[in-house]
Amino acid sequence: MTSELTRDQAGPTGVSVRLGAVVKEFETETGELIRALDGLSLDVAAGEFIAIVGPSGCGKSTLLNILAGLDRASTGLVEIGGAPARGPHPEAGVVFQSDYLLPWRSVLDNVLLPIEIKGLDRKAHVPAAEQLLADVGLAGFGAKKPSELSGGMRQRAGICRAIIQKPGLLLMDEPFGALDALTREQMIIDLQALWLRLGNTVIFITHGIDEAVFLADRVIVLSPRPGRIDLDLKVDMARPRQWAEAHADPEFQRCIGEVRRCFERRGVLHRAQG
Amino acid sequence: MARADQPAAAPGRGTDHSRAERMRRRRRIRTLEKLAAPVLGLVLLGIWELCVRVFDVSTFILPPPSAILLRLVSDWQLFLGQGVTTAIEISVGFAMAVLAGVIIALCIFYSRIVEVAVYPLLIALQTVPKVALAPLVVLYFGYGWGPKIFLAFLISFFAILVPTVVGLKELNPGFANLAKSMGASERQVFFKIRLPAALPNIFGGLKVGLTLSVIGAVIGEYVAAERGLGYLQLQANANFDTTLNFASVFAIALLGLAFYAILRLIEDLAMGKMR
Ligand SMILES: Nc1ncnc2c1ncn2[C@@H]1O[C@H](COP(=O)(O)OP(=O)(O)OP(=O)(O)O)[C@@H](O)[C@H]1O
Ligand SMILES: [Mg+2]
Repeated sequence: MTSELTRDQAGPTGVSVRLGAVVKEFETETGELIRALDGLSLDVAAGEFIAIVGPSGCGKSTLLNILAGLDRASTGLVEIGGAPARGPHPEAGVVFQSDYLLPWRSVLDNVLLPIEIKGLDRKAHVPAAEQLLADVGLAGFGAKKPSELSGGMRQRAGICRAIIQKPGLLLMDEPFGALDALTREQMIIDLQALWLRLGNTVIFITHGIDEAVFLADRVIVLSPRPGRIDLDLKVDMARPRQWAEAHADPEFQRCIGEVRRCFERRGVLHRAQG
Repeated sequence: MARADQPAAAPGRGTDHSRAERMRRRRRIRTLEKLAAPVLGLVLLGIWELCVRVFDVSTFILPPPSAILLRLVSDWQLFLGQGVTTAIEISVGFAMAVLAGVIIALCIFYSRIVEVAVYPLLIALQTVPKVALAPLVVLYFGYGWGPKIFLAFLISFFAILVPTVVGLKELNPGFANLAKSMGASERQVFFKIRLPAALPNIFGGLKVGLTLSVIGAVIGEYVAAERGLGYLQLQANANFDTTLNFASVFAIALLGLAFYAILRLIEDLAMGKMR
């Protein structure tokens, strides 16, 4: 990804998201109702970068599935682009925790899958797909099978697939969770560049407090299950942010501290004794 | 952004050369591997031939392979004629099994009620030895094409059904969700994700099913027939013509191999196209 800051003129502007008192309950095998989300309300402006952090099992993936149109809220309002969500939104791109590259397709054909599914001209999109792969350091890997790629490379190919159509809303569920620290850092920097270029809305779910604060305009902290918004924190730092410099920035440290305190209050994090 | 994991673009001549060398070696090994099975087969036939000659076994007990092959060649019109009959029985029975097996597998996969009502019964039926049904099949279908085709169908149907269901179910739901998140219809999810993902299982079932179809058709001919390779074998038995008996077995095996080769061809085509 290039780090040019001019926004892509051809790209879409972001798609706004509004959640109003969203409740999601699952029925277990024994007939109990498990409440995963408990009255979540959230307004995401077009073009905003939102990071969502929360303890394991608090309903982050549940929320993402609802936003991706793969699941429906039990009650409450879900609006994407100003209209009630009904199924997958055509302007949304999703990156899951697992890369889900189809093993029988080449990397290039995997990136082109959304084009095929939408019935668009495959050939016309090949150059764009190859450019995207080159942007993430996968030039020349288009003809390879996913099994010939490393975990980080596969995740990058999965991101290319999600952004081939320049989605106005990019949904990401712990996309860098399985990566080594170096690859992760590079992907975080690349993601910021991509977002600056596309100007789209990003909802980024993560376990990493540092990557949340580094990337996001707003960090949303969810409580343990049932998921509720515990903290809605604005991160006031200029763009583009540099990874190493950001860590020394007082604003960065303040935000990290706020999120940590929020987790400590909830007993999600404990301070060392002594 | 320059990254470390660019593919090794090798401009150097030496690298190109050794790569071509490696590819050539690889191809050579693959050709040799393809020859392994035929060579082993020939060696075994040779040992058979040798044993018969050394121990001077009577042709009535065990004819040498040379005599069997000679018989196959000299009576080729007989074997071809009977073989066509058996081939038709196998083809029709197997085609019906593929159709029914895949369609019912789809019903089981997509409908919970079919799954809980039909699948357990089918699994239970699978344990019935189909060969034992042959006399009954004759009772119901008479002496024509019916019983052979039905047995070829019945015996391979289960072998195709179960792996197809398993293949469809095995898929991680994340893949289907991924496609749905792109706005794919269930039809698209099926053709772009589910079917190609299940193809290896399906073809595994087809290969087993095909060999079973051959058995089914021949058993049908043993029980009631005036034609076919199985019938020919029975005739040979009655006439104490062991060479003809063995030649019929060889012909049945060759027929099975031919069908198998065709299926492999279709498999390669399907894997190349669908996947
Ligand atoms: N299909 C389902 N049926 C029943 N319960 C479910 C289902 N999906 C999720 N849950 C429950 O809902 C809660 C939230 O799950 P979710 O996957 O959203 O958590 P998460 O925040 O993404 O966790 P993690 O960070 O570990 O990925 C969990 O307690 C889980 O057991
Ligand atoms: Mg999750």
